[in-house]
Amino acid sequence: MQNNLNELTTQVRRDILRMVHKVNSGHPGGSLGCAEFLVVLYNEIMIRKEDFDMDGINEDIFFLSNGHISPVFYSVLARTGYFPVEELNTFRLLDSRLQGHPTTHEGLPGIRIASGSLGQGLSVAIGAAEAKKLNNDSNLVYVLMGDGELQEGQNWEAIMYASAKKIDNLIATVDLNGKQIDGATDDVLPMGSIKEKFEAFGWDVLEIKKGNNIEDISKGLLTAKSLCGNEKPICILLNTMMGNGVDFMMHTHAWHGKAPNDEQLASALSQNKETFGDY
Amino acid sequence: MKEYTYTEKKDTRSGFGAGLAELGRKNPNVVALCADLIGSLKMNKFIEENPNRFFQIGIAEANMMGIAAGLTIGGKIPFTGTFANFSTGRVYDQIRQSIAYSGKNVKICASHAGVTLGEDGATHQILEDIGLMKMLPGMVVINPCDYNQTKAATIAIADYIGPVYLRFGRPAVPVFTPENQVFEIGKAVKLLEGSDVTIIATGHLVWEALEASKILNKQGVSADVINIHTIKPLDEKAIIKSVSKTGCVVTAEEHNFLGGLGESVARVLVKNIPVPQEFVATNDTFGESGTPAQLMDKYGINYKSIIDLSLKVIKRKKESEKN
Repeated sequence: MQNNLNELTTQVRRDILRMVHKVNSGHPGGSLGCAEFLVVLYNEIMIRKEDFDMDGINEDIFFLSNGHISPVFYSVLARTGYFPVEELNTFRLLDSRLQGHPTTHEGLPGIRIASGSLGQGLSVAIGAAEAKKLNNDSNLVYVLMGDGELQEGQNWEAIMYASAKKIDNLIATVDLNGKQIDGATDDVLPMGSIKEKFEAFGWDVLEIKKGNNIEDISKGLLTAKSLCGNEKPICILLNTMMGNGVDFMMHTHAWHGKAPNDEQLASALSQNKETFGDY
Repeated sequence: MKEYTYTEKKDTRSGFGAGLAELGRKNPNVVALCADLIGSLKMNKFIEENPNRFFQIGIAEANMMGIAAGLTIGGKIPFTGTFANFSTGRVYDQIRQSIAYSGKNVKICASHAGVTLGEDGATHQILEDIGLMKMLPGMVVINPCDYNQTKAATIAIADYIGPVYLRFGRPAVPVFTPENQVFEIGKAVKLLEGSDVTIIATGHLVWEALEASKILNKQGVSADVINIHTIKPLDEKAIIKSVSKTGCVVTAEEHNFLGGLGESVARVLVKNIPVPQEFVATNDTFGESGTPAQLMDKYGINYKSIIDLSLKVIKRKKESEKN
């Protein structure tokens, strides 16, 4: 299974790179950083129904709050069967269901909320978690947020609410890559200890130190699941490398929102050999 | 001329509270959210009867809009309650992305709209909310005229699938529409038949329009009076039909003339039947502290302004007929 997921992650990386290269736009850095996480979440952790419906009753549901990493979201959704992988070819094109940022507006299976304007996903996830409680649906709600995104104030309204109201069927993961468009988060707006902040707000916090390691992600998510139902919301701090898997995209914020040129794409793809077949 | 009378004055927010309570009894999917203004929004009855379907969010309107959007995923029909200012301007992007663009079935219920919330002053008196909400693709915008109509509208929007902005107010205003009326979204209500001028009003300005028409009638002016409770989608047919008879229009609303009902009506006229129009609305200004009656008078949004502008627009019509 682990080998298989590693291979799938490599294919997802290729998808991400080819998608943003084709339209010379999009956000490869954060997408590459979260590839392993979404691959594990969708293939090993979440209880999912085969067919997509908006209400997601009797299944786990996921929200992407940092919508700019749409390439990884689209690739993982396609490769777990929500829509044909060939459709990845339409990313950011006119009349596509794969908009620059994810949307429900075009009816793409797998998407339950529009995101892109940052800081809104956690509130939505809390609402969906409240709906599950009302429906006596014991499945879980997952949300992924960026670390830079935590600078948006709405998150802190939501973080305060979730613990006060004992939202314990929610696992919120923060992609701790330490980078945002203008540079390192510590330079743009230092946020101090995100762990201590969440804990001070009454959350159970656990860390996945190697956030690009399939095995560690899997263990971390399983631990998080086991902590659910204890009257506390769960936060996972996922330490990732922006641009992971492509040597020249790592250790820099330069590839947050920039596409590779032909030469760079060739180099990046040579580091990630085709496994499940290109779209 | 048909005479409208009223038996009592009641606040439209209480109509919302009564409608919400009724929904609580008949629709198990209806849930309510409030940002620390339960008493002001008259949500107590719903909460008392359905404590598990009520979410006290605290003073965090952005979070409230997001949670409301999330509650729809799982089949709930969320009604959010706070003041109009905090229901719109404060959370515009949350409504835009998480509710309107995402096509979520959220009912944004907004009290204390306009200057007539009174003494609290301009920080709380939004006069831009109709404009903000009507510009969002897919958003329905409703501003009922009295207690009974607000109650009926509250009940009706639960059966409509899609985002709705429901606007009402704080002061007690005359109750003159029937109890237990059927509320039809997007359908204008003709109140008076007349031939000299069409008065198109929304919210509690509808009563002011009726008051104005009584006085105008004594001066030999006959007014066609239309209650436009739904500003979007607008009942264009009803407007065009009336105007083809009268040839001029006064619109009346408790809102800035920029972005309000008047501008929506003007668009219909320009595209179909260009005639003179005058606007009873606030004049690109903020409000201030005062009593509702004082403020309506000072800002020119009562029956007196409707009379003055009706006479003016009729004069303009006659002048243009001469040319």
